[in-house]
Amino acid sequence: MAHLLKSSSSKSTLLNIFRHNLIFGSPNHASRHLPHNLPHNTRISPNPITRLCNTMVDTLSHEDTNRQVMDFPGGKVSFTPEIQFIPESNEDRVPCYRVLDDNGQQLTNSQFVPVSEEIAVKMYSDMVTLQIMDNIFYEAQRQGRLSFYATAFGEEAINIASAAALSPHDVIFPQYREPGVLLWRGFTLQEFANQCFGNKADYGKGRQMPVHYGSNKLNYFTVSATIATQLPNAVGAAYSLKMDGKDACAVTFFGDGGSSEGDFHAALNFAAVMEAPVLFICRNNGWAISTPTSDQFRSDGVVVKGRAYGIRSIRVDGNDALAMYSAVHEAREMAVREHRPILIEALTYRVGHHSTSDDSTRYRSADEIEWWNKARNPLSRFRTWVESNSWWSDEAESDLRSRIKKEMLEAIRVAEKTEKPNLNHMFSDVYDVPPLNLREQELLVRKTIKSHPQDYPSDVPL
Amino acid sequence: MASLLGRFCRKMVVPGSAHGGARLVSTTTSCESETVKSLNLYSAINQALHIALETDPRSYVFGEDVGFGGVFRCTTGLAERFGKNRVFNTPLCEQGIVGFGIGLAAMGNRAVVEIQFADYIYPAFDQIVNEAAKFRYRSGNQFNCGGLTIRAPYGAVGHGGHYHSQSPEAFFCHVPGIKVVIPRSPREAKGLLLSSIRDPNPVVFFEPKWLYRQAVEEVPEHDYMIPLSEAEVIREGNDITLVGWGAQLTVMEQACLDAEKEGISCELIDLKTLLPWDKETVEASVKKTGRLLISHEAPVTGGFGAEISATILERCFLKLEAPVSRVCGLDTPFPLVFEPFYMPTKNKASFFCSSVSSPSKTHTFSCRH
Repeated sequence: MAHLLKSSSSKSTLLNIFRHNLIFGSPNHASRHLPHNLPHNTRISPNPITRLCNTMVDTLSHEDTNRQVMDFPGGKVSFTPEIQFIPESNEDRVPCYRVLDDNGQQLTNSQFVPVSEEIAVKMYSDMVTLQIMDNIFYEAQRQGRLSFYATAFGEEAINIASAAALSPHDVIFPQYREPGVLLWRGFTLQEFANQCFGNKADYGKGRQMPVHYGSNKLNYFTVSATIATQLPNAVGAAYSLKMDGKDACAVTFFGDGGSSEGDFHAALNFAAVMEAPVLFICRNNGWAISTPTSDQFRSDGVVVKGRAYGIRSIRVDGNDALAMYSAVHEAREMAVREHRPILIEALTYRVGHHSTSDDSTRYRSADEIEWWNKARNPLSRFRTWVESNSWWSDEAESDLRSRIKKEMLEAIRVAEKTEKPNLNHMFSDVYDVPPLNLREQELLVRKTIKSHPQDYPSDVPL
Repeated sequence: MASLLGRFCRKMVVPGSAHGGARLVSTTTSCESETVKSLNLYSAINQALHIALETDPRSYVFGEDVGFGGVFRCTTGLAERFGKNRVFNTPLCEQGIVGFGIGLAAMGNRAVVEIQFADYIYPAFDQIVNEAAKFRYRSGNQFNCGGLTIRAPYGAVGHGGHYHSQSPEAFFCHVPGIKVVIPRSPREAKGLLLSSIRDPNPVVFFEPKWLYRQAVEEVPEHDYMIPLSEAEVIREGNDITLVGWGAQLTVMEQACLDAEKEGISCELIDLKTLLPWDKETVEASVKKTGRLLISHEAPVTGGFGAEISATILERCFLKLEAPVSRVCGLDTPFPLVFEPFYMPTKNKASFFCSSVSSPSKTHTFSCRH
């Protein structure tokens, strides 16, 4: 401010300032901040800010400017005599909504959407199923049977509870750590295995790495590995749902790292402006591969970014299935009914490595991982609550676990021995119809295979 | 200009339905009697957009400043006619515009998006390359965003400098899964744009902004389409083949006329669709003439001319009587005051054409170039 005043030190300007009591509201302010030996009769400053100040001073009336407002696009803006910057953050961090405490006990006076026994049991069973599926696929990769895998360990509640709170008509634009949404909607373990093994039953025809699932039938758009590119897509899809008058919204998932991408900001702004019914669900799991959130942003996480775009936002305990379910349920209601986007920041922890290509103990302590896995385990917390309703038992638990393990092993066995997609699928679907160059290239590839069959995988049918 | 644009009969397709898949119902030629109106290129684009919105209720047009008619007036009257839900302004964010368009298209709509200048398309490059182009392939044809068409004015305009002059088509020709289309005239612009909008694949459609107002042509008023991936011989000749697209064809036509005065007969081909491109038409022509000149405004190194050159060498090597030559933009950023020197003008093209009668010039030109 001192700098600004120095540059605007024409006598007339200062007189105006004092007369209109504009910049400093009280004599105390003035005596505290103004330089005392101001030069007189200096020329009017060419500084554009100064000139702007002069203009504003001139156009205001002599009334108390505190009560004046300016008509400005977006609504009236009131004036303040104080130089007050909006602080970079609130003194207290945005609180995190939860229903269950760390031990799975329901907090007193907690608000939540009631969950029926049927839904609660399916939620818990699917969380367990997801965990077992991850374990077995992960081991299969370690054994060299799969090329790659990424687990959702620690994020089972976000996966399953959000899916449970949505309508099956809501369209999902996932990242790659939300297979639980598919599981909830009925994607079978065999279908997961087919994709991971890239066999001919894989809907993606063996073209993408494992965990890049997609299902038209289940309104789950196919995963791409790029970060946050799905967010603007979700907004466009949401706009379509609104135009068609559907009772549905678009839902997109991303991580804390994804919130740094331009597409995140583009999508939030578009969603607000277009009044699109879309849920942005951020899984803030603390890590983008090896990058902690402290190297990712200086804001209070992701939740605060919604407001800058004019979007209602909530921070949720992502390891509390009941809180996740309730928050997503309420968000969905608002999105669909009021045609507006909602941002949900789910606080969680990536208990697994980023993927099978990563060893996360190189950049974070095993103790930290273990603490989250034990003290804030989303499964055990939810199980405690389900059991407290007498909806679950040790027997049900062991039956479920042995059944899923058996199904998983069978799914892998079948997927592994199912043949790969035919070679012609390398060339189909680039366009609706293969153009000439692709037809020529296919002929050339086939000719090469014919002369050197030993150099090509024998499990790809020609 | 008029001679190039008005003289040739072109194959056109009458739409069978609003959807691209079943459109090859009947063909006609533009020489038949029909209601035509003299239009400039931006008005022809505007007419195509009117037809697209009229014929398919699931079509949308949007982009920066589109609501009031666009900075080049291509979207004039659309918001008033079809409402602000279907024709609208977007925030100033290209990746958002294209990303939103992909999502809209993925839900079974036709999303016609405008990028205000091709120079500003790069923020959307990731969306085009990693989302739009791979949407069908990566999902095994469970999903597609074929209803997406990205319109962008490209190329020199006499005073555009670095950021209002670029011809970025080559970047997009390296991306399997999208189509790249560039029209040369108002009539072509209307027919090719309607084909692009109705094509079941995402299309990047570059419009020669220099011609928006300058090029005027008789344009049929009815709904017609010109097939993609079909090049057109717009001037027949025997001594040399010239290949180009968009605004550059006007320059090449002048070079053809100059060469004619020297007794050299030039065949001129409009490629129209750069990806996937019609090799056969170019190949057939070069096999006849034995010489090929490719010309584009974009910098010569890594330009699409290089792709055409390589392909024709592979296919016509024994028929070639001279090295394939490229008359293109130079390898500098687009230079404001030096534009007349930078441009692949008719003088540069004529230099090559006239070498047909004195072969030594070819060598000199190629080396300097």
